[in-house]
Amino acid sequence: MRQGTGRQLRRNLTALAVVSVAYLVVTLFVANSYYQLILTLVPVWALFGVSWNILSGYGGQLSFGHASFFGIGAYTVTLAVVYWSLSPWLGILLGMMLGGLAAIAIGLPTFRLRGHYFALSMLAYPLAILYVLQYLGFQEVSMPMHREHPVVFMEFSEPRLYTLIAVCLLVGGVVVSLVIESSRFGLALLAIRQNELAAEAAGINARLWKMRSLVVSGMMAAVAGGFYARVLVVVTPDSVFGMLVSAQAVVVTLFGGVASVWGPLIGAAILVPLAETLQAELGTYLPGIQGVVYGIAIIAIMLRSPDGLFWTIRDRWFRQKASTPIPDLMPVMTPPARPASARAGAPLLTVENLSRAFGGLKAVSAVSFSIAEGEILGIIGPNGAGKTTLFNVLNGVLSADDGSAQLAGQPMLGRKTFEVCRMGVGRTFQVVRSFPRLPVLDNVIVGAYGAGLSDRDAIASAVRALHQVGLQDQSGVAAGQLTNKQLRLMELARALAGSPRLLLLDETLAGLAREECDNVLEVLAQLREQGMTICIIEHTMHAMMRLADRFVVLDHGRVLATGLPRAVVENTSVIEAYLGKKWLARQNA
Amino acid sequence: MDLEILIENVLNAVTAGITIGCIYGLMCIGLGLIFGIMRIVNFAQGEFLMLGMFASFYLVTGGKVLAFLGPYWGPFIGAICAAPAVFVGGAVLHKFLISRVSGLRTAGSLDEGHFGQLVVTLGISLILQNGGQIVFGSTPVAVRTPLSSEAYLIGPVYGAATVFLNKAKLIAFFVAILVAIVLYLTLEYTRLGKALRAAADNPTAATYMGIEVDTAYRIAFGLGAGITAIAGGLMATYISFGPFVGFDYVIIMYSGVVLGGMGSILGAFWGGLTVGFVQQFSALILPPQLQNAAIFVVFLMIVLLRPQGLFGRSAERA
Repeated sequence: MRQGTGRQLRRNLTALAVVSVAYLVVTLFVANSYYQLILTLVPVWALFGVSWNILSGYGGQLSFGHASFFGIGAYTVTLAVVYWSLSPWLGILLGMMLGGLAAIAIGLPTFRLRGHYFALSMLAYPLAILYVLQYLGFQEVSMPMHREHPVVFMEFSEPRLYTLIAVCLLVGGVVVSLVIESSRFGLALLAIRQNELAAEAAGINARLWKMRSLVVSGMMAAVAGGFYARVLVVVTPDSVFGMLVSAQAVVVTLFGGVASVWGPLIGAAILVPLAETLQAELGTYLPGIQGVVYGIAIIAIMLRSPDGLFWTIRDRWFRQKASTPIPDLMPVMTPPARPASARAGAPLLTVENLSRAFGGLKAVSAVSFSIAEGEILGIIGPNGAGKTTLFNVLNGVLSADDGSAQLAGQPMLGRKTFEVCRMGVGRTFQVVRSFPRLPVLDNVIVGAYGAGLSDRDAIASAVRALHQVGLQDQSGVAAGQLTNKQLRLMELARALAGSPRLLLLDETLAGLAREECDNVLEVLAQLREQGMTICIIEHTMHAMMRLADRFVVLDHGRVLATGLPRAVVENTSVIEAYLGKKWLARQNA
Repeated sequence: MDLEILIENVLNAVTAGITIGCIYGLMCIGLGLIFGIMRIVNFAQGEFLMLGMFASFYLVTGGKVLAFLGPYWGPFIGAICAAPAVFVGGAVLHKFLISRVSGLRTAGSLDEGHFGQLVVTLGISLILQNGGQIVFGSTPVAVRTPLSSEAYLIGPVYGAATVFLNKAKLIAFFVAILVAIVLYLTLEYTRLGKALRAAADNPTAATYMGIEVDTAYRIAFGLGAGITAIAGGLMATYISFGPFVGFDYVIIMYSGVVLGGMGSILGAFWGGLTVGFVQQFSALILPPQLQNAAIFVVFLMIVLLRPQGLFGRSAERA
């Protein structure tokens, strides 16, 4: 359970109980079987939306092919009844498992893609399945009746029972979703959605969490599909694998509110009855009116309030009170003191002959240096010298072509970004990579989770890191509202929350005014006092002269000079690289 | 004897691959302008194709506006006439909807506005498909020309192996190549073309250079829609189609554009040609229902194995 989410979870569960009971009471008063069917379908599509929301809402991995899982559930239940006379109750369970397996099979290749390529590829799966089913001759499969065992085969003469089951399934889905939302699972997904690279650098295994969310999502979608098939009795490839089905999940969720568990419920409650009624009333004159309504609904919502109704309503009428600051009772621990031997200067990071080229351009070429425990090493060099590339290779964003890098004797290269982070390497970026919608505290907690801490320790560690950088008063503010300096400090805190042994800071002072710069320098100086080992890239020479113990100068990917700051700035080749040969010649003349 | 059949099948797959492939190539150029160059993820591109088909249908067979041109010339002139109509439609869509989720508005944002574009164009696609069903009905139609059931025979080349060149496809193939060449020359050498490419490539820089980016975008988007519509009109001479036809082709178009390499018009054409070739050859071994499934598999393989395209130089940064 994350900080402050316990109360929210209880409130949401209460609301869920109230809503579902109210819904069931309404059902009691609806006698017309067609309207009853609509009442059954609302929770089914809502559940489908909830499943989509887990992957695409929280995790931001836009899927336009969720019909794959829905259809697998539907066909599993139907074919199981047809061929094995298997009870739909078990069929839904079987469908759920197959949905999970399909999610793994689809996720393994497809998560190699990002952004719109992922979205487009997901689209291809249900359509491919659709054509295969048509080829296999499953154009239209209807479920045979088993009148002798109505309960086993979910054959109720009372349509309200279907609605009851649908609501129960939905409640189950919502609870799963709420639990995810309030756990590290949800935080990892939100972090990945907002900035995948930053999440990786903070130690989050993005691929794994995305995969988990797809599996949960696929299982839930298969349940929705399986029950849908039982309610409608007849399935066709188009009705369960078709584009309109995939769109349904996207539409109800986006309309109702993305990344909120209530979004799909609100969306389904409004759009499903609207579309169904229109279809029933006008369908004969205007076939396809349903699709038109959905199309208009999502365009309108995208242009007016891109996050959906839930968030717009909440922001307008239920603006949350200023978030609670960190509880005072949280003890502010002093960071663990380093053993005295660590100060002695044993090498922590050793880089040897590291090279990385982009095509013909040698961005980093045969770079060797080392950092002693407790040391602050400044990496300087003109633009394009390969400084950031060096960091990217060290923390696994890019692969190295040649050479080696060791952290306390353990090889760093060839590992994924999150693994390097877990070895104890924290990183900040040249352009701040924050999770703008999450509060500062959650931003920092991501770093602590990345290090594999338990919930309790993660919060404590995050609070400590915020104190270290002096942001404790901003902990409840969304990161998007911070000033540049605060963002830089927050990123630093996120790196610190994982209790790293080495910090890689990429132009932490960039774009800061002199005063702000001094401020950040103070924080770094304090970290040095506490024995932190830091490797920092910086352009601001006066700052570096004050901070760094030693310089490494890079130019055109090569190490130009290494040594004490004073010696390095007087080195002629360094001056030449920065200011040019002519300048040097004129100085010497 | 078996060899004869094999040779006949392969030769026919080659000719069909070239003719249909070039029409796909033209279709892909349309998406190449919108997705490859402007980087707008357009879900509704298949519907522009469908609108092109219906525009041509109403001009030639349904409305008989162009009936005076006769059944031989009419359908192909109708296909070209579909372009201005869809061009205007595309430009209007861009003005009121697409421009709000693309271009200068989203340049530099976290995902360059792709999320918004996917959603808005999905909406447009739903409206056009289902609205199409309301307006055009769901019975498949075709642009009637006697040419679609006539063929030139070449051969027999080996034993009894003969190559059949469907006349409608052959003429459509020549028209497609002609349109592609004219478009290429326009984009490459005219002032308008340079402005369009500049605006699409880097909207912010283009604004500073005095290009009216919004207008350029609107024209480029309309052009992309119109070009695909011409391809639709040409295809309408040899297939029958309904309002949902676009869906079968949108994946083909994305395959072609990605395969050809993002940002290259010529690449999009080659990409489309390649996909057409693969499709025709898959017909040799796969039953017809599975041909579309094969296209999806090809698409997945392309984006997974070579997201930078076969002909592209720069890869999309992951």
